[in-house]
Amino acid sequence: MKKNLLALSLPLLISSQAMAAEPTLTVYTYGSFASDWGPGPAIKKSFEAECGCQLEFVALDDGVSILNRLRLEGGDTRADLVLGLDNNLLQAAKETGLLSEHKVELDGIRLPGGWNDSVFVPFDYGYFAFIYDADKLDTPPTSFAELLERDDLSLLYQDPRTSTPGLGLLLWVQQLYAERASDIWQNLAKRTVSVTKGWSEAYGMFLEGEADLVLSYTTSPAYHIEAEQKTQYRAAGFSEGHYLQVEVAAKVKTSQQPELADRFLQFMVGPGFQQHIATGNWMYPVIDTPLPASFDKLVQPASSLSFSAEEVAEHRQAWVRQWLNSVAR
Amino acid sequence: MPARWWWLPGAVSLSLILLLITGPIGALLVQVPTFTFTDLLADSYLRHVLWFSFYQAGLSTLLSLALAIPLARTLSRRRFPGRDLLVKLFGLSLVLPAILAVFGIVAVHGRQGWVNQLLMALGFEPFGYLYGLNGILLAHIFFNMPLAARILLQSLEAIPDTSWRLASQLGFRSHHLFRWLEWPAMRTALPALASLIFLLCFTSFATVMALGGGPRSTTLEVAIYQALRFDFDLPLAGGLALLQLVFCGMFLLLQHGLSRPVQAAAPGRPRPDRPDRHHLSTRLMDASVMLLCLSLFLPPLLAIVVAGINPQLWPVLLSGELWRATLSSLKIALGAGMLSVFFTLGLLSSSRYVRLHLKQTGAAALMESLGSIILVMPAVVLSTGLFILLRGLVDVFSLGTVLVLLVNALMALPYALRTLLLPMEQVARQHDRLCASLGITGLARIYRVEWPLLRKPIALALALAMMLSVGDLSAIALFGSQHLQTLPWLLYQQLGNYQMTQAAATALVLLLLSLGLFILIERVLGGKHARTR
Repeated sequence: MKKNLLALSLPLLISSQAMAAEPTLTVYTYGSFASDWGPGPAIKKSFEAECGCQLEFVALDDGVSILNRLRLEGGDTRADLVLGLDNNLLQAAKETGLLSEHKVELDGIRLPGGWNDSVFVPFDYGYFAFIYDADKLDTPPTSFAELLERDDLSLLYQDPRTSTPGLGLLLWVQQLYAERASDIWQNLAKRTVSVTKGWSEAYGMFLEGEADLVLSYTTSPAYHIEAEQKTQYRAAGFSEGHYLQVEVAAKVKTSQQPELADRFLQFMVGPGFQQHIATGNWMYPVIDTPLPASFDKLVQPASSLSFSAEEVAEHRQAWVRQWLNSVAR
Repeated sequence: MPARWWWLPGAVSLSLILLLITGPIGALLVQVPTFTFTDLLADSYLRHVLWFSFYQAGLSTLLSLALAIPLARTLSRRRFPGRDLLVKLFGLSLVLPAILAVFGIVAVHGRQGWVNQLLMALGFEPFGYLYGLNGILLAHIFFNMPLAARILLQSLEAIPDTSWRLASQLGFRSHHLFRWLEWPAMRTALPALASLIFLLCFTSFATVMALGGGPRSTTLEVAIYQALRFDFDLPLAGGLALLQLVFCGMFLLLQHGLSRPVQAAAPGRPRPDRPDRHHLSTRLMDASVMLLCLSLFLPPLLAIVVAGINPQLWPVLLSGELWRATLSSLKIALGAGMLSVFFTLGLLSSSRYVRLHLKQTGAAALMESLGSIILVMPAVVLSTGLFILLRGLVDVFSLGTVLVLLVNALMALPYALRTLLLPMEQVARQHDRLCASLGITGLARIYRVEWPLLRKPIALALALAMMLSVGDLSAIALFGSQHLQTLPWLLYQQLGNYQMTQAAATALVLLLLSLGLFILIERVLGGKHARTR
């Protein structure tokens, strides 16, 4: 057995030594970004081609997990960059004191509501929406109010404690219903098939037919059109408007590669990175970039909803508690 | 080793064990200085978690026993081809990694599973019923019904032949037999069995993680993990872990008080002819009991095997991720197994000296039960404590392998102790005097006397410990990362992402690994020690 172990481990040893020659930039991100079918591999390739370094993605469950992991590890973290936090987590992430300011010129950034933050650099944005399969569901809900009345619809969403879409839904509900939020959650809980840790779990379950609706983005149908030539997956446009998500990255203070990290952030808002967003992460790029034709067919949100980062930071814990209490009842 | 050093191995083992247990408990206590249980109970979500932990464990226990009692009766009444194999398989469900069973259950009961495919073929709408309480109950019954049936069957087989003959002469019907023979025999085993199943379900982790489906079906064990990894709430994680520690301690005390020695039937004894075998009603009853119980137990097992022989699997089997996980699993299991055996041998070689030479039976028993004290600490609690203890001192995630290994080694200790206790003592009883008179000491004694006699039980203890470690999900859930994957953790993630083909490949490798160890145990042991529980 020992011999076999050696035989198995030998190639691993060799390959990890070959890698050690160049500096490595370690980026904590969420699972679907780094996965083979996400934008990660293409971005790794094009950044490595120009930086003379190794780019390593460490895939965590989902956006909020990145923050949790960073806090768990504190100053010992191996991360040089975190990529995949969002506009709702800015304040909480800053309060860890583990992130440092960026040096990126933000002039070219095109975002609804603009962008002006000294720590975080945005890399894409989108709107949360429920996705349905038009072959199975003829009459999708056209508003959040209708969703609440439709007892027949089962749904999947993500845990706001680990996932940024989950947190987005929490804030969406909070924005639309404020003090009635608790009732809304109880209403939804009756039809919830599963609350998953990350986006990919919920979306995978939806594609397997486990539920009628899944929380994702208005841009998700583009994936099915472009990659699979399937048009039956559509976003349900809600008349009350959709909650906005801006995904961001930031540099970790304790990084051993601060120059490389700066370089990556600059690269992130350039075409080498942004061209992979629309058809890789299936979100809107943050600079002027030609979009594929499928993006014309997407639902345009009636209005864009959001809280300020400070509001979220102040209430997030209480709202998550309220959600837990309501859905567990 | 000269006799005056008798205390050394035990002292080393015991102090390391106690250090590894009290350190984390201390860290938990320090972390939650102002924490009171009333604070915990004031939160309605945590009240729900507590309620649900008890509720699902209670329901799982009830259902498992309600099925196991008729199943044990049926098995004691009937002889049919495959019966012995089935009873053997019932033992397997105990050592099968929980996450592997979860894979089988998803393959059978998931939206795309066998049940729904059957429904669709019959023209019904498929429906999802797996996630939440249903899934948890299905998995817990899968594990515990066979365990309970096996133990109850032993009780039934211990009923003396004379009782059966008497019952025949008195013309007892089936319900008379139950009332006067079977129930009294099973009743002595039931309380301890029920509390064992309750404890297993109360602390079940992998099942609830994978099949719980959200906050509504969260147990205390999973809430500890979530407080740490989701909320980064160290005081809460510490408080919940202490609460779990208190509950487990109470259950174990209860269990200890309820345990009665069960006499096993002499093997190979001719079975008595039960007077109720030939009635039509019992035939029908037995057939339906078998059908119901086997439809819960066999399909998930079959699903693992069937998924494993799918030819689509071969390319997936070559994935580097899978083999890296296999390698980590093996490394950790081997390390954990060896460490566990090392602790056990050290502890027992001193405790047997205390018992046989110093005649301090009580002190020896105390040493041995201190070694098993880990039973009150579920792996999640121990890991949480270690995490809090080491955080700030070292990079917890880069030490992941070592920490998982340590936790696994400690978790396996009670099993290793139970396996080696009697053999070690026997060797000392039979050979101490001879060795003393021939002057065989130290390494010579270990090499010439101990090793040949203890080789088998040591191998068994090692294999048992390795098997437990190979199936562990609790420790790896806390310490795992992209750089440290084990087979159960990989399988858990693939199941979560619904990558059923990849999951099937991982399940296959995990099954072969566990089964290989299981067979190793049966082979090495064979005879009378085969039953380790």
